[in-house]
Amino acid sequence: MAIRRGRGVAAINYPTGMNLGGDPTQALVHSTPTGNFMVTLSSVDLGQGMKQIMAQICAETIGVPTDRVVVDTADTDTGPHCMGTFASRGTHRAGNAVIQAAKEARQVMLEVAAEELEVNASDLETDGKGNIQVKGAPQKSISIFDVALSAHFKRGRSISGRGMFLIPRSYPEKETGAMKPSTCYAHACTVAEVEVDDETGEVTVLTVKNVFEIGRALNPKMVEQQLVGGSWMGISHALYETTEPYYPNRDHGGTDFNQYLMPGPGDLAQTEIIVLERPSADGPFGAKGPGEMCANPQIPAIANAVFDAVGVRIDTLPITPERILRALKAQAAG
Amino acid sequence: MELRKDYFADVRKDGLNEIGQPRPRLDSPGHVTGKTAYFADRNFPGMLHLKMVRSPHHHARIRSIDTAEAEKHPGVVKVLTARDVPHNVYTILILIQIGPEDETVLADGKVRWKGEAVVAVLAETERAAQEAATKVKVDYEVLPAVFDMEEALKPGAPLVNEYHGQNYYLYDSGECRKVRFGDVEAGFAQADHILEQTYQSSPIEHAPTETTGCVVAPEGNDRFTCYTNTQAMFFTLDNTSIILQMPGSKLHFVGGTVGGGFGGKVDVIVEPIAILGAKLTGRPVCFIYSREEEMQISSPRAAEKVVIKDGVMKDGRIVARKVTGYTDAGAYSRHSPYGAQKGAAHYPGPYTIPNVWIDTYCVYTNRTPSSAMRGFGVTIGDFALEVQMDKLARLIGMDPLEFRFINAYRDGDMKAHRQPTEGAALIECMQEASRAANWPVAEKYMAMSSYRKGA
Repeated sequence: MAIRRGRGVAAINYPTGMNLGGDPTQALVHSTPTGNFMVTLSSVDLGQGMKQIMAQICAETIGVPTDRVVVDTADTDTGPHCMGTFASRGTHRAGNAVIQAAKEARQVMLEVAAEELEVNASDLETDGKGNIQVKGAPQKSISIFDVALSAHFKRGRSISGRGMFLIPRSYPEKETGAMKPSTCYAHACTVAEVEVDDETGEVTVLTVKNVFEIGRALNPKMVEQQLVGGSWMGISHALYETTEPYYPNRDHGGTDFNQYLMPGPGDLAQTEIIVLERPSADGPFGAKGPGEMCANPQIPAIANAVFDAVGVRIDTLPITPERILRALKAQAAG
Repeated sequence: MELRKDYFADVRKDGLNEIGQPRPRLDSPGHVTGKTAYFADRNFPGMLHLKMVRSPHHHARIRSIDTAEAEKHPGVVKVLTARDVPHNVYTILILIQIGPEDETVLADGKVRWKGEAVVAVLAETERAAQEAATKVKVDYEVLPAVFDMEEALKPGAPLVNEYHGQNYYLYDSGECRKVRFGDVEAGFAQADHILEQTYQSSPIEHAPTETTGCVVAPEGNDRFTCYTNTQAMFFTLDNTSIILQMPGSKLHFVGGTVGGGFGGKVDVIVEPIAILGAKLTGRPVCFIYSREEEMQISSPRAAEKVVIKDGVMKDGRIVARKVTGYTDAGAYSRHSPYGAQKGAAHYPGPYTIPNVWIDTYCVYTNRTPSSAMRGFGVTIGDFALEVQMDKLARLIGMDPLEFRFINAYRDGDMKAHRQPTEGAALIECMQEASRAANWPVAEKYMAMSSYRKGA
């Protein structure tokens, strides 16, 4: 009887957005009188930080600092339609809608600035700090604060824009399944190292090294929180979770966090996250949806590591000590 | 976390002002100091609490329902049954033309899973609603139940859901979604080895911090404001409009700050019945799942079964892959027909295989209805595919990582569903994993690229 060590690898991809498309999202952007920008959506922030990312996307597009953008979302009386926050679609779909709306608002802003500066709008650029200046002659500039005041009270212009993003729906061909499920895919490769106690069947995940390719890390800190959380969720899925621990007997399912098994802080592996960025052709600044795929590769990587450690295959999730011990017993019996 | 900017630097424009910057989240101070308002922080004078009477049986006919005792219970204001719901039989994907309507808001004549909502009790306090719920008398005739997908698909199995007429979802392609590419049997005939294996999974719970729920307030203008933690505002509003036969203009949904979703809050379950309660009583109503309801009543991830048969050559090329996927929808569709068909689009995984045959089934059983969850239609498939890849590599005596390089998809490769691969990055992920995990592979694999000339 011994503690045995093994490692396993898994590589995966994952589509961004609803399968087969047909999932629109809209956004509205407008300026306040003093040049702050309001993004109006009906998308839902699940805690992953959607509001923050939409603010950064709007700010980058308009050319102002992120703290001058306010996101008002998920009120059906004010926000235009969004299909919803699921299918790794929030950043990709709503982000594209925000870019389109922000571009339209930016154009009006530049036109008003051009009138104030008596130049052509096409000769203007933003400095990213809250000013608009003539390209090549930054001393000739006007603040966005003043541009917005002028637009509102002098020139009667609405600095605003509308955005809509839709991947047209694809219908699978009945006999061949020819279809267009998605326009971009995120990727991952995970290597997991485990220890398996061949007396108790207990698995300890030592390290999980994840490489994720996500198109573009729009906010690296927020990407990190999502990818680390996903990696932990993958461990939980692989080794612990079931609502029916005695299936086919369906009694005794967990009803609270004491009974429903999930890893605690002490059960979590040393987690490494490496991010690659191959911008997608149609993502906002190249972003893909990493929200779901980041919890997938750990599961088979751990299953393969368990085999590498003790030589038994557990092909049914979760990989419990009981299943490992039964497999070891069967293996010993020959 | 480490950003490896050296990969794909030729196709990426860095140096933007706001994008790529690790700005602190504007909402996190509120989250960590308890100042963020969630839907359940709304409290209105005279608010009623809704509790469900649920089926104790997996499959049963309802002979009769007697609510008289419950209605007399102190504090009870209203008791709702199926006949109170204007459009009681519904299905949420009807909004994207995926029918038929197959589920009841409140059970009508039959229950098809243990925990199904039968009667809704509205009372002045949560306790009164809970106590009154135990006084509702439902007379059941227990019917044979089926919990296993294989059993459910056999002739003579108990019929789970009459609205489907058989224990699987009928796609326009027939009993399953199909993908056919190349000639899979010819591929098997040519292969050096054949490996057929079966993978299975259990339902799991989303386990969000905040349980599913909503608070509804009737407004003075004949509208209803619903504070909700749904993941999809208009999806929920529009389905509620159908179920309550109420114009969407009468409904105002407010949400967008949610304590975790993971796909568990895209079923439209709590909002319609709570709004109906508010309409029929004229009072605000809250309906919030207990932790037990969240874990045992709300839809879990489906149990799945995946059978993979591969033909592989000694040199590492996979020449044929046949996948049969089964998704256990439980008693009702919810999002499962969509999830099963997403699986068909995902197989055979990120690998270029010349001969592919895929069938994915959405099967009805008397288990708790499953629905969307993070990785919907893909997570269990990836478990099966990637364990299978490991087995294949060992079968031909090859390093599991090198084996994946040989088969990895690259730009321009035709996928089984007949889309050319674009923007591939699997190879680069594996190269970086090889380095990071100190898992060396042959130099020729480290020299590979997802790019292909002319692609």
